[in-house]
Amino acid sequence: MKTNGTIATADRLMAEDEGQHAAAGRARGRVMLAHGGGGQLTDELLQTIVLPRIGNAELCRMLDSAILDVREAGRVALTIDGYVVQPWQFPGGDIGRIAMCGTINDLAVCGAEPVGIALGLIVTEGFPMGDLAAVLDSIHAIASEAGVNVLTGDTKVVGCGQGDGVYVTTAGVGICRGPALTVENVQPDDVLIVTGAVGDHGLAVMLAREMPEVQSVVRSDVAPLNHMLRKLMVDVPGVVWMRDPTRSGLAGVTADLAAQSGWHVALDEERIPVNVATRHAAEMLGLDPLEVANEGKAVIVVRPEAEERALALLRDEPYGRAAVTIGRVTAPRDGVCELHTAIGGRRILQKPYGEQLPRIC
Amino acid sequence: MEGRRPDTQRLLDRLFVAAKAIGRDIAFMEVCGTHTMSAFRCGLHGLLPPNVRLLSGPGCPVCVTAQADIDLMIELADRPRVTLCTYGDMLRVPGARGSLELARSRGADVRVVYSALDALRLAEAEPDREVVFAAVGFETTAPATAALVVEAHRRGLPNLTVLASHKRILPAMNALMQAGEVEVDGFLCPGHVSIVIGAEAYRTFTARYHMPCVVAGFEDWQMILALTHLAEQVCDGRTELENAYPEAVRPQGNPTAVQLLAEVFESADARWRGLGEIAGSALVVRRIYATFDARARFGLVAPVDREPAGCRCGAVISGSCSPEECRLFGTACTPVRPIGPCMVSSEGTCQAWFKYRRRVVTEDVR
Repeated sequence: MKTNGTIATADRLMAEDEGQHAAAGRARGRVMLAHGGGGQLTDELLQTIVLPRIGNAELCRMLDSAILDVREAGRVALTIDGYVVQPWQFPGGDIGRIAMCGTINDLAVCGAEPVGIALGLIVTEGFPMGDLAAVLDSIHAIASEAGVNVLTGDTKVVGCGQGDGVYVTTAGVGICRGPALTVENVQPDDVLIVTGAVGDHGLAVMLAREMPEVQSVVRSDVAPLNHMLRKLMVDVPGVVWMRDPTRSGLAGVTADLAAQSGWHVALDEERIPVNVATRHAAEMLGLDPLEVANEGKAVIVVRPEAEERALALLRDEPYGRAAVTIGRVTAPRDGVCELHTAIGGRRILQKPYGEQLPRIC
Repeated sequence: MEGRRPDTQRLLDRLFVAAKAIGRDIAFMEVCGTHTMSAFRCGLHGLLPPNVRLLSGPGCPVCVTAQADIDLMIELADRPRVTLCTYGDMLRVPGARGSLELARSRGADVRVVYSALDALRLAEAEPDREVVFAAVGFETTAPATAALVVEAHRRGLPNLTVLASHKRILPAMNALMQAGEVEVDGFLCPGHVSIVIGAEAYRTFTARYHMPCVVAGFEDWQMILALTHLAEQVCDGRTELENAYPEAVRPQGNPTAVQLLAEVFESADARWRGLGEIAGSALVVRRIYATFDARARFGLVAPVDREPAGCRCGAVISGSCSPEECRLFGTACTPVRPIGPCMVSSEGTCQAWFKYRRRVVTEDVR
């Protein structure tokens, strides 16, 4: 029997929660402040909940820093992202999946091969232990699929009212092999490819958050793209630039491409793939599918002579089946991205303001 | 509500033929935020014959909400225990003391809802909060607010009120004509409003001002179709009321919704941003439902309505000034830091123009 007061309280709370004395090793009960205190309960959390799920040789050494052996590396890519998505679970994924995929994809679109992830968890007191385990299971699933381990991590617990559920931060290290992908290399006649239908993630989350009562088939596209993009970089010469159209959507990425390269980017509205259910959800919420987030898509700029090979390779991959050319880089040097609409009109695509606000009518 | 999509090019060809036959500059006005958006999103302006202009009138509910009304919303939101909920695009509209978005960032409980009934759920789920639904919009959203009031009454909810700034579109169209500053050759009547009030609602307006009116849907081809009808009327010298959106709009509209509106609201005079006071243009909560009227519950007095200095949104809304003619446009007033309401809403004329304008600027530079 433990004598430490906090732990005794912890046990009592757990027992209340479960209606019986719960074994800490099973993912039951709730996360408490003491789980983040760095003491025995933290160790218990790590040994019973975290390491059994995402453990590997490096992580299990529990050093203050993970040591990576990257002797071969010339250029190293480093990225970090915080994930605060509400709700933490949504059709097609959860916060663990996006945290892993987001960081892996950020490395992959820079032409880097991910070699390790650092994971920071901030959990609110009272968050169900079973839900935390589910987040870790998702992290493990993506780590296995992408072949990238969590090498070091940190867990903190904040009091009720100081947070809302679970927040995840992932930093990633990758090794750049092959040519640098820089926007300066983009030139007129280059072709824009998107690896599949856009808008699914943003609308799946919006529906789950704002209209939980609505039954919808819209599912997040969250997926790790590193294997597919690696293969593309190795097999197809002529890949110039890549980005993952996350928070500001396809519009944000293509507007950035135009602004940063200085060239005109012309997109063909009719060729931009948007799933029917996603389109309807967007209309219902008054949102533009081109302006909402994707978590399993890449926008790829290739030289015109590489277009066919790139498309063929992508369409052969599970996350690129619907890859399609959506536009071109052209003169003039005006830095504007323009959408050619279905009826032959044109409109400028701009980076959205920030928070996606639904319209009234 | 999608009809069969006809060949848009053939429709455009008809529009060009009529426009050419007319042989002078003509302007049509739409009075619906969704029409503004739809035209903008499909690039309609660039496809029209050179002598045909499409103006955006006072059809964006966000744009026409008086600053005083925004100030009231912010004042309420800042009160302890008040949860103010409203439609998403109200969040960034600037009042005299910032916006609801800013109020939220300093701790006010402001929530975005998707339908009026969300406010009902909120009030039931959080009985300790005073839930205020800041209701804006034309006859499109007003029936939902009316339904909310009736339902709150039926359930006897003690902590739900509505702060209604609903408006009626026809008094505004009348006011525009009476002011005589607007030179338009026809109106594209709003599809959503017409679903409620019915196509026949414009009959008197058409006759009184000898003004061609065509009720239009929101698909790109539906707008082109309605514009074609308008141009052909002008070409033939006809002034008629036509319904080019019969798949959704009935002559008498939706009697249930109209009945609901009459049950909960009565007409009153209202201030419109930029247009001033328009008689009979407001829908205010009837006294029998005063318990659910935030103005009565909280003893609210409308602050003095002051519009931002230099802002010409009013003239833009009435079609007598293009956004570019406003001194603030694109310099002090941009979508990221809007001054006037037309720059805030994605349905606003200025925000739509800003995107075109940028193109013009870049071409000039080149």
